[in-house]
Amino acid sequence: MNGSAGRVLVEARGVTRILPGIVPVTLVHDVDLQIGDNEFLAITGPSGSGKSSLLYLLGLLDMPTTGEVVINGRATSHMDEDERAMTRLATLGFVFQFHFLLPEFTALENVMLPMRALGALSAAGMRARGEMLLESLGLAEHMGKRPDQMSGGQRQRVAVARSLANEPPVILADEPTGSLDSQSSEQVFRMLRDLVDIRKKTVVAVTHDLDLAARMDRRVHLMDGAIVSVTSRPAIPAAPA
Amino acid sequence: MSLTLDIAWTHVRTRARQTLVAVAGVATGVGFSIMMASLMVGSQEDFMRQLIDALPHVAVSDERREPQLQPAELAFAAAEVHGLTPERRRRGIKNPMAIMAALAAWVPGAVAPSTKTQAILRYAGRDYSASVVGIDPHRERHVSALPKQMRLGTLASLFTASNAIVLGDRLLEKMGARIGSNITVQTGEGARITAQVVGTYHSGVRQIDESTTYVLVKTAQILAQQTGLINELRVRVRDPLAAREVAQRIERETGYKSISWQEAHEDLLSSFVIRNVIMYTVVGAILLVASFGTYNIISTITNEKARDIAIMKSLGLRERMVRHIFELEALIIGLAGALAGFVLGYLLCMALGSIEFKSPFMDADRLPLVYEPLHYLIAGLVALVSSFIAGYAPARKAARLYPVDIIRGAT
Repeated sequence: MNGSAGRVLVEARGVTRILPGIVPVTLVHDVDLQIGDNEFLAITGPSGSGKSSLLYLLGLLDMPTTGEVVINGRATSHMDEDERAMTRLATLGFVFQFHFLLPEFTALENVMLPMRALGALSAAGMRARGEMLLESLGLAEHMGKRPDQMSGGQRQRVAVARSLANEPPVILADEPTGSLDSQSSEQVFRMLRDLVDIRKKTVVAVTHDLDLAARMDRRVHLMDGAIVSVTSRPAIPAAPA
Repeated sequence: MSLTLDIAWTHVRTRARQTLVAVAGVATGVGFSIMMASLMVGSQEDFMRQLIDALPHVAVSDERREPQLQPAELAFAAAEVHGLTPERRRRGIKNPMAIMAALAAWVPGAVAPSTKTQAILRYAGRDYSASVVGIDPHRERHVSALPKQMRLGTLASLFTASNAIVLGDRLLEKMGARIGSNITVQTGEGARITAQVVGTYHSGVRQIDESTTYVLVKTAQILAQQTGLINELRVRVRDPLAAREVAQRIERETGYKSISWQEAHEDLLSSFVIRNVIMYTVVGAILLVASFGTYNIISTITNEKARDIAIMKSLGLRERMVRHIFELEALIIGLAGALAGFVLGYLLCMALGSIEFKSPFMDADRLPLVYEPLHYLIAGLVALVSSFIAGYAPARKAARLYPVDIIRGAT
């Protein structure tokens, strides 16, 4: 199913994922999906519909049983683990339902982690970029704090900052507001929206919150691992001059 | 600091108690290994020093290693003679002074003549079997540690009486004699003299101290009933470990049986090899046991950190990088354990060396210990290698974790 805007950044071509076992379980079934540049896409569906599984496949965290995931025009099925890791590091940013920050490190150190793994910047450059990202997300006063010294919303904002560390064009978010109260959820949603509108990123977010999904550019609805509908938000007409 | 080292250091630092236990395990292994090696090598060196000092490094005797061939065997290659009594020859080394001069030209050390004979010492109505060694006190100080081993009197005291004798302190004690006592010395050749005790020595080797006596060469020649008899040349080389080669060359050049101290104590030296094998096996076992502690903590950390590993991998850290983190943790524990073990080992050696005791088997009143940097190096290396091996398996397992499995479980 298509319907993306602009250049295609992430593409699933006939992707199926079956968990092997005595009774094989199909997590994702024959999914075709194109995600374009600067798009805000929601993946929705009931529990067990394969939303997160599809996100992991698009994020190269999991390998499709059949089909192909193409990132930035490059097929990934023949990549070795190192290449996949490198692609994740440079092209994809992840935000999970739970912040998943390293508990022993400060907010700044957590944000600097992907930069240090990539090694493209100097130590001073990494620090400056980490500080800038945290400041831009309103966490200037929390840079030196460890995750256990911050609120849930703050942690999730640090996780968003970390996902942006290497300036990846695509951010994949798995239930980013799932563990937050409504106020924090709104903050994180606005942040993701800004990533698309201001930073011109592509954001793919798994969510079960249909209200939030309705505020995104396009919604892909899954049922039993297959895409059952794709809904685009009607374009808001520009205000008259 | 690199990312891997930073994460590894943070992991071990934030688990202070567990890390401390693992480090203590390695340190104990290293410390006790160093102490044990120090004690074993110390006692071995002390024992060898006593052996080397107790006897000349090379003893050239008037014997041949192989019996001499019969005249017919010398004349005809095909002849083989059985059942003949060997030719009776005059005892002693032929032309000893010429041989000594020849040896002095190349032997790296000194040579002295001596006359050895067996005798019965009689004192207070009791007989004691002993070896009587005739020496030249002026030359003897260059070839043996006897002058240093003198407890009462000096070697020069042998010149103070007409038939002076120096006894081992244990023999003197056994006989109940004293300095100035006159004892009767009788040999199998039929000679019998009355000798005056002018000194005692203590070599530290019980067998020697109980059965070897020293007189002047001419006194020994009288006891052997042969004027001018020299039946042993005593050689001391500057490097005791070169004694075997020197002995072989002397034997090749003179034809006389030359026995180095190594050959004389071959059985003991081979027992040292076995002893060292046992020592290194025990040391290895101690460090192996210590490495289980390292394995334990690295396994625990990898289990506890499964989620973090999954996150790091999902962010893009490569398997190799994740494996290095846990290998580094094992090495940090190994290194800290080795360093703490060095201190512990040194302190244990100091403590052991400070204990005073009396042993009927040793002269020393303290344990002989050796402070050898090599022991520290070996123990440290074994600790590092065993820690690395202990950490490798859990590190490999951690690196192979499939992030999705963990992330699914967490969400």
